[in-house]
Amino acid sequence: MTRWGMVIDTDRCTGCGACVVACHAENNIQTVGEEEAKNGRAMHWLRIERHYEGEFPDIQVRFLPVLCQQCGSAPCEPVCPVYATYRTPEGLNAMVYSRCIGTRYCANNCPYTVRFFNWHAGEWPEPLDRQLNPDVSVRPAGVMEKCTFCVQRIQEGQDRAKDESRQVTDGDIKTACSQSCPARAITFGDLENSESRVAQMAKSARASHLLEDLGTDPSVIYLQGGEEH
Amino acid sequence: MTPGSMSREVPLFRPLTSWRPKLILGSLLAGAVAALLFYSWGYQIRNDIGVTGLNRPVFWGFYITNFVFWIGISHAGTLISAILRVTSAEWRRPVTRCAEAITVFALSIGGLFPLIHLGRPWLFWFMIPLPNYRGLWPNFRSPLVWDMMAIGTYLTGSILYLLLPMLPDLAILRDRHIADNPNSARARIYRFLALGWRGTAQQWHSLESGIRALAVIIIPVAVSVHTIVSWDFSMTRQPMWHSTIFGPYFVVGAIYSGIAVLMVAMYLLRRGMGLESYLNDKIFNNLGLLFLTFTLIWSYFTFAEHLTVWYGNEPSEMAVFTERISGQYAWIFWAMILLNVALPMLVLSFPLGRKPFFTAIVGVGVLIGMWIERFLIVVGTLSLPRLDFTVGTYQPSWTELGILVGSFGLFVLLYLIFIQIAPIVSIWEVREGEHHLGQVRPASEHPTVETT
Repeated sequence: MTRWGMVIDTDRCTGCGACVVACHAENNIQTVGEEEAKNGRAMHWLRIERHYEGEFPDIQVRFLPVLCQQCGSAPCEPVCPVYATYRTPEGLNAMVYSRCIGTRYCANNCPYTVRFFNWHAGEWPEPLDRQLNPDVSVRPAGVMEKCTFCVQRIQEGQDRAKDESRQVTDGDIKTACSQSCPARAITFGDLENSESRVAQMAKSARASHLLEDLGTDPSVIYLQGGEEH
Repeated sequence: MTPGSMSREVPLFRPLTSWRPKLILGSLLAGAVAALLFYSWGYQIRNDIGVTGLNRPVFWGFYITNFVFWIGISHAGTLISAILRVTSAEWRRPVTRCAEAITVFALSIGGLFPLIHLGRPWLFWFMIPLPNYRGLWPNFRSPLVWDMMAIGTYLTGSILYLLLPMLPDLAILRDRHIADNPNSARARIYRFLALGWRGTAQQWHSLESGIRALAVIIIPVAVSVHTIVSWDFSMTRQPMWHSTIFGPYFVVGAIYSGIAVLMVAMYLLRRGMGLESYLNDKIFNNLGLLFLTFTLIWSYFTFAEHLTVWYGNEPSEMAVFTERISGQYAWIFWAMILLNVALPMLVLSFPLGRKPFFTAIVGVGVLIGMWIERFLIVVGTLSLPRLDFTVGTYQPSWTELGILVGSFGLFVLLYLIFIQIAPIVSIWEVREGEHHLGQVRPASEHPTVETT
């Protein structure tokens, strides 16, 4: 079996935001504009949160990239009345946009606040519409969306491996965020495959989950407290 | 029949037999306010749900607050009337009809709000388990699906529970209109509505066992409805939503706000229609005592809920708690305590405070207070998510305000129309009560005009 997972080394993260931009471009995420962003409607499937350690002047800024944790026991799933969000056999929390009626219950029950609602449909004025990714559906108004672990890339990687009559190997599939991270803080792979880099890194003593005590069993693992300290 | 009781019934029949200018004017006014709801909703459907003030993380706001508020009010009628019927409280007789009507209309309006709230309301039927060739079902694990079923059951039950005891009264109206002019529109309408009620012993027997059975069945249904509404919140793991007492707490709050509306409605009916002889001071006193009882129970639940959170001292819960007690929501929280605890206790504890006017004033206060309670629960928790990078605020837009105001207009409109269709006090039940006191013959022995 496969369980897609991600390891984020927060000690490597410089907070540059390349992953956020890559995610927007890859996944046709709308940019809501200044006014709407001010109203708390900014949309970033992946966002970089900042927190500060220490007292001024001996202060250190730390960055925490937060995205859908693709929980193994996801609080968002059981509350959806129409099965618009569910767990795939490969461990993804899938969103079925055409099934979503917009109750927003899933977003309320997500402890990580990583679900984003299309209050209005996105707009891509000419010529921005030409850069839309044809592999990703553009969402209408009134539906929920969130990080998919670049499911279109997973699909493509699996198809390619199948065409070449081989198994998917480590490094075949890269999410947009991990591909674009200049500090190589983000690694993507199959957690069930003990050979994979993510599986190796997940065993590290530096590994932890976000809000681990909630028992959501996330597929995103954070590494912290390394030699940089 | 004594002449006294006949003249007593005159004000009841007045709006049913002729057009009353004041009622027409009132209905038009209420209709204009109700139009605000439909205009705002239409505007929202046309311009997306984004016209609200909702955002991330406050994904639910006014609409869910109003939903819980109106469903709560619907517990006025059916539940109170059923409890009073089951316990054979004699003084219930003039109250049941006007209370049951509140239930049906408040529930219909409450049931609108989840639809108004949806991002794509035209797809609401995805929640209904319709057979389809792709085998797609709603998610029966979702409290929202439970909600829809509970409210559907309650609405069906309360409509039956309103209509069934209305049959003999509709027959009385039919007979009156037929005696006046058998071909008039009213005569024809009531002939249809009375469903061939003739008042035979057999019919009375069926009616009474029917009412008795419905009254018993509707009580657990009503309790389940608001329990499930509370589970929309407590089934999640959000701070200060995930609470085991939410079920009973919400049921108590629902009945509390229900009594509040009943007090206001009864006061207005009494004043507006001259029903002093039916809705007398004794009834206000009795309901005032029930009102006070629910003040105490609600206050107890509120205290227990907040004490355990404070004592438990969990960081994510304390963030919500502190914001409520002393933060940005403090002023409305303490206004709620004033309106729901202090005011009712101060006023209703004294016999003078249980006079109609004062109970109505307390009723208005408690209504505002209970609305605040639901707002605090919905927005208070959502604005402070567990991962505290994303702290939110919420300002309702004019669309949301318009829909809230419009919902009151719609309620008043439906109620005023109802007054012009059916007697707001159950005539036969009051007559039956008088019979028990040995004053007149039972309603079942009243001669009724045979219709063909």
